[in-house]
Amino acid sequence: MKLFVAFSIITTTLISIVTPVQAGEVNVYSARKEALIKPLLDKFSNETGVKVNLVTGSADALITRMQNEGQFSPVDILITTDAGRLVRAKNAGLTQAVVSADIDNIVPQNLRDTDHHWFGLTLRARPIMYAPDKADVNGLSSILDLAKPKYKGQVCIRSSGNIYNQSMIAALTIELGEEAVEKWAKGLVANMARSPKGGDRDQIKAVAAGQCSIAVANTYYLAGMLSSDDASEREQASKVKVLWTDQNSFGTHVNISGAAVAKHAPNAEAAKQLLAYMLLPSSQQWYAQENHEYPVHKDVPWSELMQGFGEFNAQSVSLDAVGEGNADALRLMDRAGWK
Amino acid sequence: MLRTLQALTGRTVLLILCAFLCSPLVIIIASLLWPDSAAWQHLIDTVLSDYVFNSIVLTLGVGCGSLLLGTATAWCMTQYEFSLRQVMRWLLLLPLAIPAYIIAYTYTGILDVSGPLQSTLREAFDWQFGDYWFPEIRSLGGAILLMSLVLYPYVYILARTAFSEQSPRFKEVSALAGLSASQHFYRIVLPLARPALFTGVALAMMETLADYGTVAYFGINTFTTGIFRSWYAMGNQLLAIQLAGILCLFVLVVLVLEQHSRRRIKYYQASTVIDSRHDRKKLRGAQNITVSLICFLPVLFGFFIPVLQLVVWAMSQLDTLLSADYLTLVTSTFSLGVGVAILVVCIALLFSYQQRWVNNRFSYWQIRLLSLGYALPGMVVAVGVLVVFGFADRQVNQLSHLISGEYVGLIFSGSLFAVMFAYCVRFLSIALQNTEAGFGRITPTIDDAAATLGASRLKTLVTIHSPLLRASLLSALLLVFVDVLKELPATLVLRPFNFNTLAVRTYELASDERLVDAALPALTIVLVGLLPILWLTKALDNVNKGS
Repeated sequence: MKLFVAFSIITTTLISIVTPVQAGEVNVYSARKEALIKPLLDKFSNETGVKVNLVTGSADALITRMQNEGQFSPVDILITTDAGRLVRAKNAGLTQAVVSADIDNIVPQNLRDTDHHWFGLTLRARPIMYAPDKADVNGLSSILDLAKPKYKGQVCIRSSGNIYNQSMIAALTIELGEEAVEKWAKGLVANMARSPKGGDRDQIKAVAAGQCSIAVANTYYLAGMLSSDDASEREQASKVKVLWTDQNSFGTHVNISGAAVAKHAPNAEAAKQLLAYMLLPSSQQWYAQENHEYPVHKDVPWSELMQGFGEFNAQSVSLDAVGEGNADALRLMDRAGWK
Repeated sequence: MLRTLQALTGRTVLLILCAFLCSPLVIIIASLLWPDSAAWQHLIDTVLSDYVFNSIVLTLGVGCGSLLLGTATAWCMTQYEFSLRQVMRWLLLLPLAIPAYIIAYTYTGILDVSGPLQSTLREAFDWQFGDYWFPEIRSLGGAILLMSLVLYPYVYILARTAFSEQSPRFKEVSALAGLSASQHFYRIVLPLARPALFTGVALAMMETLADYGTVAYFGINTFTTGIFRSWYAMGNQLLAIQLAGILCLFVLVVLVLEQHSRRRIKYYQASTVIDSRHDRKKLRGAQNITVSLICFLPVLFGFFIPVLQLVVWAMSQLDTLLSADYLTLVTSTFSLGVGVAILVVCIALLFSYQQRWVNNRFSYWQIRLLSLGYALPGMVVAVGVLVVFGFADRQVNQLSHLISGEYVGLIFSGSLFAVMFAYCVRFLSIALQNTEAGFGRITPTIDDAAATLGASRLKTLVTIHSPLLRASLLSALLLVFVDVLKELPATLVLRPFNFNTLAVRTYELASDERLVDAALPALTIVLVGLLPILWLTKALDNVNKGS
């Protein structure tokens, strides 16, 4: 009996915590972590009065959830941290086209879907990072140079399971063809200082500690370390420099975090309003200042740290195609022995 | 006649409940019927052998590690009187509160090449990386060690109960038969405790098989990382579910083999448990120190060191602690844990009670099937739940459209109900193992006596069995609660809008490598998890005293 009473009390508490979904709202499934999206959504709610309901999770899980919820799905907007997932959602018939002159004007063409289903919110660059006192960067100007025998045992990069690497390989494959990239990947694997483990920050830390001299990582991780509360992280990051790859050819690999409106969005109008809000200079600046991601809006200034990394030429390959090539990229890495 | 009818209804209800709870599993196993040969060929050519090898080594390693730690500590606690014994009663369970992925993060923070320990060494001796040897924590061996450190309490809890319930007379008989202390341990104590030990080890191994956070962070390719790679990177959900299906079948086979190997043996204890406190041998000197260390070291490495690291990290984040948002996070996590624990234990009690009465093949398989969920990665269970609930929602909507012309929308999917259901599927095994083991120790003559005296089955359950089962029920509640607290992937996928748990918060920050920011929610998981552990240690202690 006691158990029953306790159980009913708990159930009631839980129900009261989860507020029901009402009109005048917009529902967001986000693969961007709560800390990196909620403040912006709260700002939107404050300014417009439209309530934003949020579920975060991995993009694939959220896509699966949308598929199973089908036409009754409450979701209005899907936000992901790479183009591949948006392509997958689109191919699964889960998104709808949003034709807007604003989006077309602000977002460069290679960073949005040709059928207007999705577009990029921010840009994430993946250059080489190195320890100036250890790495011989003479003759290191391309990502392809990482397979040179002289860098044997010097390269740190995270696992092939990581989406940033998959997209990078997919983009390279578009530029150079599968055969060349596979050969290069084998050379890279042979040069690895250790079996891949950890995230991007870990690769940077390994460079700082001297386990390797060169790493491949997204810049906002380095910026995050440089602005960390933790003094040792700041110190480690200060030992590492950014090298923009392939500046005279196809450019440094970039990916996006982006958004799409769900096919069965019950609040499509509010959703479009939120998307437009995310492209406003003030929101774009928030991304740049808070998480040091490159704004897609070209007039928005970069954070000081990002300016410190310098200007660069970004790879201009269509992210649509990159997204399509993700699975093949993973199979290529499997064959190359990239753990 | 009425009674038969009642029993029949009861069984039908349980059957429906079982079918419901098994539906995600059935979907997962059934997926094996449609193999995608090209994708499988690629796996076989490249990474599958890696997955299988690493999974087997990791699981067996953690099985041995937790068996060793759990049995040794439980044996010391039940047999010896030593200096630290009073405190150890509380401490030995603490590592249970630490999720495997959190211990992995903390030790990597300390021991990694860029961590404080190696940095200090390098500075102190002016070494460069490569000048010295240091064990790589992010390796298969490291994973086995760390996971054993947090999973051994599963064995310890059950072993301790089993050891303390063994009659001290066995020892006397062994002595009379001229067996040495170690012969007595290996030939009498261990075989008698085997069901309990196996149960504990099986839980630890199943948890290891289902782990994703640790192996992904350590870069070890196992079945689970394979599942996620197939699903995420290749976008091949079917392949992912099929890998999970194989995992499921594997566990089923192991469970069947174990049951088969002891099918003719029944373990019952004498109905009176004798207070064995006076039998504990008082240790002095070196022996005292050794035994104290055996018990303390697992707790030191499995709890105090990681918690200390978390505290150090969390110091800078204390201002978040007071925010209202944080309080909501704690209360919702805690309520969810308690609610689900009670629900799961009630369901488990019903099923194992049914098996006691209707002990046939069917009810036996029913329970085995219900136990499978624990070995499945939470994400896979979540997919099963999504499919089942999505289907249910479509049917409901078609029906309502037919009747009223209106769609009612999603009722099951995206609700807290879906989350709780997934927990039931996933954690029923823990509760079942406990209730089954508990029922197994109650001799059937008690039921016969109750029946002779005219007590109904329900009354027997409530007034006779439940008090006798107290230890098992409590440990079941404890284990489920703590597991819910730590559960991550299923919660991530299934939770309703604006609902977060501590594990979700921790994971989001930690997976972004913001370990310092993740420390506070991680520490809170540990602390919230401690409350029931402390309360239940006390309760377990009372039961184990035979009061």
